[in-house]
Amino acid sequence: MRPATFWLAAVVVGAAFFGLSLQVPNQYYFQAGYVVLQYIVLATAWNILGGYTGYVNFGTAAFFALGAYSTVALYKLLPLPLPVLVMIGGGVSGVVGFGMGYLTLRLRGAFFSIATLALAVVMQTLITNWEFVGGSRGAYILRPAQVPLLGNYIIYLFLVMLVLSVLAIGIARSIERSRLGFGFAAIRDDEQAAEAAGVPTLRLKLAATTLSGALMGMAGAPLPYYVTYLDPASGFNLAYAVNSIAMPLIGGMTSWVGPLIGALFLGTVQQLATVTISSALNLLIVGLLLVAFVVIAPNGIVGLFNAFLASIRERGLRKHWKRAGGDAVRRESPR
Amino acid sequence: MTAALLEVRDLGKRFGGFTALDTINLSLRAGERLGLIGPNGSGKSTLVNCLSGTLRHDSGSVRFDGRVMDGLPAHQRTRLGMARSFQLPKPFGSLSLADNIRIPLLYTVNARRHGRHLAPAELDGRCGELLQLVGLADKAGRRPRDLTQVEMRKLELARAMAAEPKLLIADEAMAGLSHSEVDDILALLSALNERGITVILIEHIMRAVMSFSERLIVLVAGRKIADGPPQEVTRNPDVVRAYIGE
Repeated sequence: MRPATFWLAAVVVGAAFFGLSLQVPNQYYFQAGYVVLQYIVLATAWNILGGYTGYVNFGTAAFFALGAYSTVALYKLLPLPLPVLVMIGGGVSGVVGFGMGYLTLRLRGAFFSIATLALAVVMQTLITNWEFVGGSRGAYILRPAQVPLLGNYIIYLFLVMLVLSVLAIGIARSIERSRLGFGFAAIRDDEQAAEAAGVPTLRLKLAATTLSGALMGMAGAPLPYYVTYLDPASGFNLAYAVNSIAMPLIGGMTSWVGPLIGALFLGTVQQLATVTISSALNLLIVGLLLVAFVVIAPNGIVGLFNAFLASIRERGLRKHWKRAGGDAVRRESPR
Repeated sequence: MTAALLEVRDLGKRFGGFTALDTINLSLRAGERLGLIGPNGSGKSTLVNCLSGTLRHDSGSVRFDGRVMDGLPAHQRTRLGMARSFQLPKPFGSLSLADNIRIPLLYTVNARRHGRHLAPAELDGRCGELLQLVGLADKAGRRPRDLTQVEMRKLELARAMAAEPKLLIADEAMAGLSHSEVDDILALLSALNERGITVILIEHIMRAVMSFSERLIVLVAGRKIADGPPQEVTRNPDVVRAYIGE
């Protein structure tokens, strides 16, 4: 599918989904749906750096919270419409992503990951001590009860996050088969060989951290309006970092579908567990699923599906050979 | 005399207190086939890494195709026409063979064309041609993990070739291969050389080096101890001493 066609399809699916969602009479649906959509954005954003480029980022919460806190800061300075806040949050986190990339991308593997974790701690400390945005006490945001056309504000937040999900997925899909995407894949597989093949690895890694960070910031920007009270402990919650790693891992990291499936699956399970069992159980579920997937399906749900397809194709070919008399040209199945 | 394609002046590289390369001088004509030999640890791979930009040299300078390469990152040297293969093949494991070739096409050939990029069909065509050249065309959709050692080396060479280099540095492209496989790779390198590509061959297999090279350079402990026609160099007493001992 051409990128333009895919964008169109994504927008149509998004619009249809929103249309269907409006039929749901229960407000809680939007409350829970927002969180799942937010994880689609976060998981997709994480995957651009982690899955495509192979750099595991433990600092998702930092980029996410920075987006949220730029909204808090602006809320106090001048009132801006939510879409503008989203752009600004994305911009701030993108800049920080670029800076982090510049400082840490000479580190590889676990060392890079540790540096991102450190970044999250440093950011949280800074925000906790910044009185203007509430410090450790946190900040209250008053959100309008209603918005024109849509009614309840939560539906508006849901729509904004849905648009961001479509945007994130569209970007991820466009990157995948593009020059940039091939460059990312080369870096993931072997950085030295990538350089030798002419790939400007540092520049591409910076592009990945910036883009990934910006999308995370955009996902975080509406958060203060969603929770209406934001403190550093919840903004920088470890769950954001853990989930945005677990979701692509469970879904599959090599394509845009993986994070989407992972976020839908894990996000929904978590929401269900929150209302039926207990909200504290969430991370336990994530942990158990991660262990299960690492053992059973190391390439995620997408990998499992591909292996299944390949085995069907293989079986079909074998039948074909038998019918063709055994030693007819033995065609190898692709992969 | 035509200008040298590669001109290395007083190249030096140290790792801590260890001198890996000590004032190496060498020059290479366009179209030449140069063999580079030396015992293990003599600095052959370090020299390759310094030439190709994987390592930064500490002193001296490298001129390639009329440009000073000092301080240029590896990807820019590749774009300027200096390609290399790795001693241990480093394929892009998650990509198909065709996509392995596509990467240098996208990042070197397209980068040189300043906006007039190859069309997707042209790209596919070139990937096919290059795989054909090394005899891997029927495996274009496979992953590198399905390849044998010799096929892996061929993929490595095809990927280096995709960058349309003027100079190809083949770092032990034949290590661990069987007699007939060595001949395969040699034939391939000769074919590339006939297309006008200058080749530096780093190799332990003397049969291969002797039959391929027009000129031989010997490195011992980071120093160049001999440079000349292969037959003469192998009779050089210093070289004999380095390999066999007193």
